[in-house]
Amino acid sequence: MGILIFAETDDKGNFKKDALEIASYAFEIASETNQNVMALCFNALSPEKLSNYGVKKIINSKDEKLRNFDPEIYSECIAEIFKNENCNILVLSSSSNSKYIGGILSVKLEAGYITNVFSKPTFEENLSVKRNTFTNKAFEEVECLKSKSILGLSKNSFGLKENNFNSEYIDYNFETADAKNKINSVEKVSNKVTIADADIVVSGGRGLKGPENWHLIENLAEVLGGATACSKPVSDLGWRPHSEHVGQTGKPVSSNLYIAIGISGAIQHLAGVNSSKTKVVINTDPEAPFFKAADYGIVGDAFEIVPELINKLKNFKSAND
Amino acid sequence: MKILVCISHVPDTTSKINFTENNSKFDKTGVQFVINPNDEFGLTRAIWFKEKNNATVDVINVGLQDTESTLRKALAIGADKAIRIDHDPKDAYSVSKYISNYISENSYDLIIAGRESIDYNGGMVPGMISALTKINFIDKCIELNISGNSVEASREIEGGKENISTSLPLIIGGQKGLVEEKDLRIPNMRGIMMARKKELLVIETNENYCMTKSKKFEKPQPKNEVTLVSSNEIEKLIDLLHNEAKAI
Repeated sequence: MGILIFAETDDKGNFKKDALEIASYAFEIASETNQNVMALCFNALSPEKLSNYGVKKIINSKDEKLRNFDPEIYSECIAEIFKNENCNILVLSSSSNSKYIGGILSVKLEAGYITNVFSKPTFEENLSVKRNTFTNKAFEEVECLKSKSILGLSKNSFGLKENNFNSEYIDYNFETADAKNKINSVEKVSNKVTIADADIVVSGGRGLKGPENWHLIENLAEVLGGATACSKPVSDLGWRPHSEHVGQTGKPVSSNLYIAIGISGAIQHLAGVNSSKTKVVINTDPEAPFFKAADYGIVGDAFEIVPELINKLKNFKSAND
Repeated sequence: MKILVCISHVPDTTSKINFTENNSKFDKTGVQFVINPNDEFGLTRAIWFKEKNNATVDVINVGLQDTESTLRKALAIGADKAIRIDHDPKDAYSVSKYISNYISENSYDLIIAGRESIDYNGGMVPGMISALTKINFIDKCIELNISGNSVEASREIEGGKENISTSLPLIIGGQKGLVEEKDLRIPNMRGIMMARKKELLVIETNENYCMTKSKKFEKPQPKNEVTLVSSNEIEKLIDLLHNEAKAI
């Protein structure tokens, strides 16, 4: 018996933070249930890094065919290791790709799949675990009725915990089939932190008055090492690309820090950013609904406040580096 | 081309979220239900295929009789036929299994589901159906063009999009981008009248396929009031974010 994690890497082969977080989470479950954590990764540059996060056995496959994500091939490989290693729990992150394959793996492994998990499971007759639901307006405790389960961990819900191990390392070769979905091209903004991976997201709304003022959002994000995002009206008006729209019908955000500038906080917007840990709002209107959802707020003009905030953050950063 | 759109019947975004029966069930009292927004983008895309490519569009839902109003709305928007699997849905796997059973008895070229429902936020159904029916699958699909059997599609990836070629039969997890918000249709009087005459097939089932069980709901503790910082004290905000929130 064991716990398997699927540890995702970025385009360069470095582990995503999510991968280290699910390793930390899996180790905590493993130590309470007397099991070991195994990790499967594809084309990882330094697979041994996982040994710092409690992984006992690291299985890496160096295979060009696994360079690009394919739902069928990836889920087939993960299922093979899960079965061969006689695992009972698979831990996935909440990344787009992991969510893509979670449902497929549930069917392949006959394992109960529970997404948006934020706490450690409890074990009675069956595994039970708490998850976020109703866009973080409620928690739900779910019991897995199968002997095998798949847990999709909510981003930033557990954090990173180091546990150093002398891990076993295995190079593994899969017999992969050809992909049925053929990737023709990828259009991607390079050298920019993505909303999904960012710890800090700086987001602008209609209060910024026009796309020509977006340097305020970009400069603030740059100082903080964060990603830029926008509200729905802003993407509908074409001020910013759709890929930056966060909210219920846009991208979900679960960063450590979310800074909303000139965004009133419509319920659909809040639904998409609710799971961020700390929320800051800057708005001229003290009645803006976002003030009810935020942790910190400044009532005032973004055009005065943001440049000053950028300057003071620069000083803060240079003093703390 | 035969299209099946999976429709989730969900509480409107502005609904109060409360629970009943000892916190084991969502409280539907006074709640207005709508077509799940992610499904609505897919439904509109399907109607475009109907109008431009002569496709037929069926809609399916797993639910009790109260979900029929949502199916009727889909018919009023332009779907040809509705199917309701008469069952109170308990988990994503059982919903996927009922829909997959229907698909295997009534072959479809294209199945459109939303990337996730805005109530339980599971995001599991499209992937499960793809695995159960063994058909190609594109999640977070934001563009979809079909000619004959070949499909050109895009999916949203972190930081951009990926352009994919594949073939029918196909299932997608749909979202905004398939069509835009301004393209969504509001049923008109003629559509509503016509919807009354369209077939709404009810399929009884006694099978129980559940893999998971919802035990209890809880609501989070009410949030603390916002800490307001004066616009003259920006340092104070930086200090709070650093020392109190530990966010920077």
